[in-house]
Amino acid sequence: MEYFLEVLVGGLLSGVMYSLVAIGFVLIYKSSGVFNFAQGTMLLLAALTFVSMTERQVDFKIAFIITLVMMVVLGIIVERTVMRPLANQSLLSLFMATVGLNYFLEGLAQGVWDSAVHGLELGISNDPIFLIDEFPALGLDIIISQFDIAAAVIAGTMILGLTLFFQYTRTGLSLRAVSDDHMAAMAVGIPLNRIWAIVWAVTGVICLIAGLLWGDRVSVSFTLTAAVLKGLPVILIGGLTSIPGAIVGGLIIGASEKLGEIYLADYFGGQGIEHWWAYTTALIFLMIRPTGIFGEKEIERV
Amino acid sequence: MSTESKKPLLVLEDISLSFKGVKAITDISFNVYEGEICSVIGPNGAGKSSMLNVINGVYIPQEGTITFDGKQFNKMKPHTAAVMGIARTFQNIALFKGMSVLDNIMSGRNLMMKASFWETALNIGRAKREELEHRLEVEKIIEFLGLQSIRKTPVASLPYGLQKRVELGRALAAEPKMLLLDEPMAGMTMEEKLDMSCFIQEVNRNLGTTIVLIEHDMGVVMDISDHVVVLDYGKKIGDGPPSEVMNNQDVIDAYLGVSH
Amino acid sequence: MYYREAGRLVKRFASDRRMLPLMEDRWILIAFMAFMYIVVTAFASDYLFSAILIPMMVLGIATLGLNIAVGYTGQLSLGTAGFMCFGAFAAFNLVLRLDMYLPMAFFLAGIIAGIVGIFFGLPSLRIKGFYLIVSTLAAQFFAEWVFNAYPWFLDNNSSGVVALPQHHYQVFPFQELTPLNAEFWHSYKGRYLLTLTVTLLLVLACKNMVRSSTGRNWMAVRDMDIAANVIGISVAKTKLMAFFISTFYCGVAGAMYSYCYIGNLDFMIFNLRRSFLIMFMVIVGGLGSILGSFLGAIFVYGWPIMITRLGDFIFGGGTLDTAFVENNSKIVVGTIIIVLLIREPGGFAALWNTTKQKLRSWPFAN
Repeated sequence: MEYFLEVLVGGLLSGVMYSLVAIGFVLIYKSSGVFNFAQGTMLLLAALTFVSMTERQVDFKIAFIITLVMMVVLGIIVERTVMRPLANQSLLSLFMATVGLNYFLEGLAQGVWDSAVHGLELGISNDPIFLIDEFPALGLDIIISQFDIAAAVIAGTMILGLTLFFQYTRTGLSLRAVSDDHMAAMAVGIPLNRIWAIVWAVTGVICLIAGLLWGDRVSVSFTLTAAVLKGLPVILIGGLTSIPGAIVGGLIIGASEKLGEIYLADYFGGQGIEHWWAYTTALIFLMIRPTGIFGEKEIERV
Repeated sequence: MSTESKKPLLVLEDISLSFKGVKAITDISFNVYEGEICSVIGPNGAGKSSMLNVINGVYIPQEGTITFDGKQFNKMKPHTAAVMGIARTFQNIALFKGMSVLDNIMSGRNLMMKASFWETALNIGRAKREELEHRLEVEKIIEFLGLQSIRKTPVASLPYGLQKRVELGRALAAEPKMLLLDEPMAGMTMEEKLDMSCFIQEVNRNLGTTIVLIEHDMGVVMDISDHVVVLDYGKKIGDGPPSEVMNNQDVIDAYLGVSH
Repeated sequence: MYYREAGRLVKRFASDRRMLPLMEDRWILIAFMAFMYIVVTAFASDYLFSAILIPMMVLGIATLGLNIAVGYTGQLSLGTAGFMCFGAFAAFNLVLRLDMYLPMAFFLAGIIAGIVGIFFGLPSLRIKGFYLIVSTLAAQFFAEWVFNAYPWFLDNNSSGVVALPQHHYQVFPFQELTPLNAEFWHSYKGRYLLTLTVTLLLVLACKNMVRSSTGRNWMAVRDMDIAANVIGISVAKTKLMAFFISTFYCGVAGAMYSYCYIGNLDFMIFNLRRSFLIMFMVIVGGLGSILGSFLGAIFVYGWPIMITRLGDFIFGGGTLDTAFVENNSKIVVGTIIIVLLIREPGGFAALWNTTKQKLRSWPFAN
């Protein structure tokens, strides 16, 4: 029983890491209807930039700020050169543009930095917490990773902040209006270009935070872009337009993945089921709720 | 053309439709008789399009039954409606934008094409025969509607009026028993409206197709309809020959906006 | 310009439906076929066969398969390589265990891949839009896992890779009695001829389907599935049919990829990167276009090769290392995708059509 709890908690926490990636997707999709496939590479770029500075003994805070600026600038450049010219086209075209962008950024990143693996230290301890020692009243003899908890707290704060931003600020309202119908938003005077620039800049910031956390966890290399593949089923379960959905989806995927790996792997003859298991979980959820748990249903009028 | 002597092709009984608490249609019953042109009129938001959508199964009413050609349905499905011989056009044009005029109208004949994909892949047997047979019928429709010069044009590049004509063509291609036309003349010029009225009347006269028509232009309604049904706020307030309905006080009030 | 359709009238519908209405086009096609079958076979080098012609045709078929699902029917699919993997393994096992002739094995491998495709296509009946990628991605990852986890599929080969030319296979009955014996078919020339024939047949079949009720149903579902339903098209059947045929093509492409191109059966080459690469080919070539599928495949596959050759030519052999070429290709292809989407969403196929239009009135400008 306690082993089950340990696996479950571990899964939930690692699921929060997936949510971090997922939020970037949701943010852009919510504000512009574009599914930004280049999220993973942007994450990688953030991590690479940061790491190449800290490796050269640049101070943590300075490196952070420089990377932050760079990501914001990158976001704005992408919005201006790729998204704006395509504003009139179908969402499929916009998606494909981000796919092309992803490929482009990959080539760029690999060209500028090599394919070596870089370690990243954020200064968050990786030591496990023995719950039985710290909180004996709970009576649970399980181990939790301190890093995972820190990541969960950071992610949680970020998500809370974003949700509040979207719900209660004017800019948040404008963002939601734009995502719903950008023609109508323009008609009431919402400055589309500025809004989109804000969105992509904020995404840059999210990529930085997520990139740093992931970089610490799995070290910075090209496999980081695979984080995207984990983020996808998360948002598909949670709903492409829902920020709280990203958390819920992350928890579900994280938990089901770890539990599946431990308890089901034997039935399926070996390791390595985690990828397709995650997607199959998402598939099952989508069959029940075709637009995600919290997603918006698209209504077609004839 | 008196409606009493003809048998009803479509019988709607006590139809009620609501969308999450908003009642679009309340307890509506009327008949559409075989071979007639029946116009459904009423102010905007009266539930006319919803009524049409109920008839061909796009919306499912919470209450009421639909009897078409003697068969009763509680829930009509769009596919079933098509098979039974109901074809329609839409208010906002539902053409297949990626295809040409010819392909759009040919797609209207899909229920009559039985070729399997093996046959189409090898262009043998039924596939080959059907393409040519149905092309002949579709060409007749193209000629009837005057679309010859644009048959290979992608519909997305056509002006609005022509698109509406193509949509009519696609509906006609199915050789339907009943044709539902949702504001076929919306946004048309006087000339285009005349053309469309002629098409509708010819279809009704020559092919005997029963037509249910939503229309706002009263001139057209009076001119071509045999039977008029008036809706207002989801309820039926008039039902009979045009002259009778137009003199009905409730109908006049509804259109002039007298509150009741 | 005399080479155009204007002024040439037809009297029968059958003549109007011709694939190549212009007589010049038909002559060009015959000449092209003769060239490909006779001249190329006789004179091309092994390098040309193995590194240029065969892979471009095989990838073209895979792209065509994906185009059927995405371009013609509007169903997002990212599991292309996974379906190719199913096809490759199916073909191998059919030849190995049932001693099947290779073309027959290709065909049945396609059918098997098609059935898998229907299975993973079932969610499309309920899930729409981007959410659908979850299903085909599940197929992709499942394929990557299942052939690794169950070595039976690989004939329990310990190395995880099977070298195919060493395996015996026959292309048609009594081939031992003809000069086109096993050795010939295992050679690049033989593999080229086999690929060319299969490609031609598949392209012809696709062209026929697209111009007929099958194609119209696909496009109707893509353009407005509610309207399609209303006019009597069974959206469910059409979608599943599209998945079946799409994955059939991918399956055959996968089988050809292993037997005719690489010569190895190795599930690792059918990974997610490959799926994305084929998606790029579809985008660059043009959605909903048969010609586009091949143009896209030729470009995306051929660009790195061209760059390497160009580099060798300008700077002398071997100066451009593979990493540089790879990165350069990514940057270029990525940029081309974005530029194409901005300027010409129809891809190279649309560019080709526009050029043809302009040539019709050349030298008079529009």
